[in-house]
Amino acid sequence: MAHKAQPVSKTSPVEVTGAQSLILSLESVGADTVFGLPGGAILPAYDPLMDSTKVRHILVRHEQGAGHAAQGYAAATGRVGVCMATSGPGATNLVTPIADAYMDSVPIVAITGQVSSRAIGTDAFQEADIRGITMPITKHNYLVTKADEIPRVIAEAFHIASTGRPGPVLVDISKDALQAKTTFSWPPKIHLPGYHPVVKPHAKQIREAARLIQAAQRPILYVGGGIIRAHAAEELAAFVEATGIPVVTTLMARGAFPDSHELHLGMPGMHGSVAAVTGLQKSDLLITLGARFDDRVTGELKSFAPEAKVIHADIDPAEISKNRVADVPIVGDAKAIIADLLAAVTQGGYAVDPAAYTAWRERALGWKATFPVGYSAPTGEALMPQYVIERLGAIAGPEAVYVPGVGQHQMWAAQFINYERPNSFANSGGLGTMGYSVPAAMGAQVAQPDRVVWAIDGDGCFQMTNQELATCVINRIPIKVAIINNSSLGMVRQWQTLFYNERYSNTDLHTSHAGERIPDFVKLADAYGCVGLRCESPEDVDATIRKAMEINDVPVVIDFVVERDAMVWPMVAAGVSNDLIQVARDTAPQWDREESEADEQGLDPDHDGTATGQH
Amino acid sequence: MTKHTLSVLVQDKPGVLARISALFSRRGFNIDSLAVGPTELPDVSRMTVVVDVDALPLEQVTKQLNKLVEVLKVVEIEPQNSIQRQIVLVKVRCDTATRGQIIEIAQLFRGKVVDVTPEAMSIEATGNSEKIRDFLALLEPYGIKELVQSGIVALGRGARSISDRALRSA
Repeated sequence: MAHKAQPVSKTSPVEVTGAQSLILSLESVGADTVFGLPGGAILPAYDPLMDSTKVRHILVRHEQGAGHAAQGYAAATGRVGVCMATSGPGATNLVTPIADAYMDSVPIVAITGQVSSRAIGTDAFQEADIRGITMPITKHNYLVTKADEIPRVIAEAFHIASTGRPGPVLVDISKDALQAKTTFSWPPKIHLPGYHPVVKPHAKQIREAARLIQAAQRPILYVGGGIIRAHAAEELAAFVEATGIPVVTTLMARGAFPDSHELHLGMPGMHGSVAAVTGLQKSDLLITLGARFDDRVTGELKSFAPEAKVIHADIDPAEISKNRVADVPIVGDAKAIIADLLAAVTQGGYAVDPAAYTAWRERALGWKATFPVGYSAPTGEALMPQYVIERLGAIAGPEAVYVPGVGQHQMWAAQFINYERPNSFANSGGLGTMGYSVPAAMGAQVAQPDRVVWAIDGDGCFQMTNQELATCVINRIPIKVAIINNSSLGMVRQWQTLFYNERYSNTDLHTSHAGERIPDFVKLADAYGCVGLRCESPEDVDATIRKAMEINDVPVVIDFVVERDAMVWPMVAAGVSNDLIQVARDTAPQWDREESEADEQGLDPDHDGTATGQH
Repeated sequence: MTKHTLSVLVQDKPGVLARISALFSRRGFNIDSLAVGPTELPDVSRMTVVVDVDALPLEQVTKQLNKLVEVLKVVEIEPQNSIQRQIVLVKVRCDTATRGQIIEIAQLFRGKVVDVTPEAMSIEATGNSEKIRDFLALLEPYGIKELVQSGIVALGRGARSISDRALRSA
């Protein structure tokens, strides 16, 4: 759970317009940055915004960029990100980032202009029912047609976005409400009789969980993004120290527990490490903290962790027993839950002895040692994408923020960079939005001006949102972009290699192979006023990254031209059991063979006889 | 699957019905019957939703409903401990020979004749869904010209009110 929005000051009533009231509300709620793009219906708000000394508006080139920037801002800090757009197409361009924020529980507030209240419902110019459109992808949303409601709605929106399970809130304000005269005072009276997130865990459930932990022989901590949202990394570290229980961190939880820690088995799931996937499969107790049994983690649900009892702690009661029935459900804030659990397993009747798990720990560490996440050496001069990302992480270090797009490069960024702190990795996990990287990195850089921010992007993803480089140059937001350029929609191509007989239907992007560079990313970077660099061989990787690290006044774009046949391994094909993990093509790990017949691997990813599925 | 009756107390705000019905369809649940109306509390509406699901998905839909900011309370109404009613208005074909028989059927079901013409009569009846079904089955042979039926409304038996605790402070 993120912190409650704190009103910065009390103000006595002043006569203003609705638009002024909106800007004053944003200032009062503590928003310091708004990413947006004006248009007709939101125009009244942009006039007082120009005079605000507290709210910095960053003009994006596409509203989708504003939404992802707000997400990046939120992901890098835990604070609420804000984006703004006009009615109709401006608002619908925010739909993708809003859906993304909903899936990944990112606290953002989206403010959209709406046509005048008299025109609503008439199919007026640039009218879209954005409240109706975003109902299923927002935590809550509002249509405001009266200026007097603006301060209350903004205060509620920030409160809802940042408390409980964080998420996106949309506030749609009609143009006449922005133009009307009203009175502004702060703080407004919030009225949310139906909104009471449970933060304090039930003591009985904590005791029951402690009892299971004490009784378990093969417990594992299955840690999700909730730990990062709840700022509970310290509590988690203390819990691991006290109990000696191994940890896996999901894609959304990368950084919630240091990768350098011996007991960290890596990331579970479709492209998880053998140790993490196997650790969950062989466990007798999943201590699930802020995770949601996503299909990309569980694989085929009915064969996921078949011997394990489940403790499931989450701030959202609807996540508990949604996919996997929990033996002990705990609803509450992860920070409080882990602290209470730690107390319960270190004193009293359910105190655990870390030595009790020694055999299990050694087994898990054995898998980790035997099957480290790796990649095959290049043939000849080829530049391996994994090597680029590994070196990037090594040179930029754990204090940097890494923001991948979606696809192969995202998985490699999750696998080959060591994350040591929360909020150092921001990505589109649930929705899988190509194009997330550049604008989200921009938002993260604005929120964390003193950190190095690396967008790790694919050549496909980059072409969806690279227009925000203009925003970065003009506003002096010096992100660094590493394009992992394999001239393909790489993850789709990987599936075509594995499941569609190497028939590469519509995945060639012509961005680097066969002498084509459409476009030439170095020239493109140059055209934007960024520094453009290209790297095509392994021996130049370090020098190119270091050169980029030395440039801090403008964005840098590196075109890493990499081997296009590189694939993401390990892999569990979609819809099959995690027991069928493969460390390379047609290669199952040779562990515990007596326990698991892991040698059968069909080419039908969904195991439904149709060989369909996409990534 | 079995039928479950949920009483959902909501803030009376524009769009709240859309939110709830959209949630049911998005999560893959079918609404059998839906009725909405005001309650004893100002600004609070009550929806009675009958949904055809198993126990586990019902728990999931209840939790998802509770997550909606404008939802104040969700209670499952047990059929054996509640009064469930719906209203039907039915226009039946009649003539001098059948009119008396139809009136007799209406009286048996404590229905009321609310409109009469030489060729048709309209009857109002209330009851639970079984009673309404039986009533309509008896009218069927005469020729039902038009039929309109409300959603089910339900009220728990006994002195307690579902709005007792959650809402007085609202």
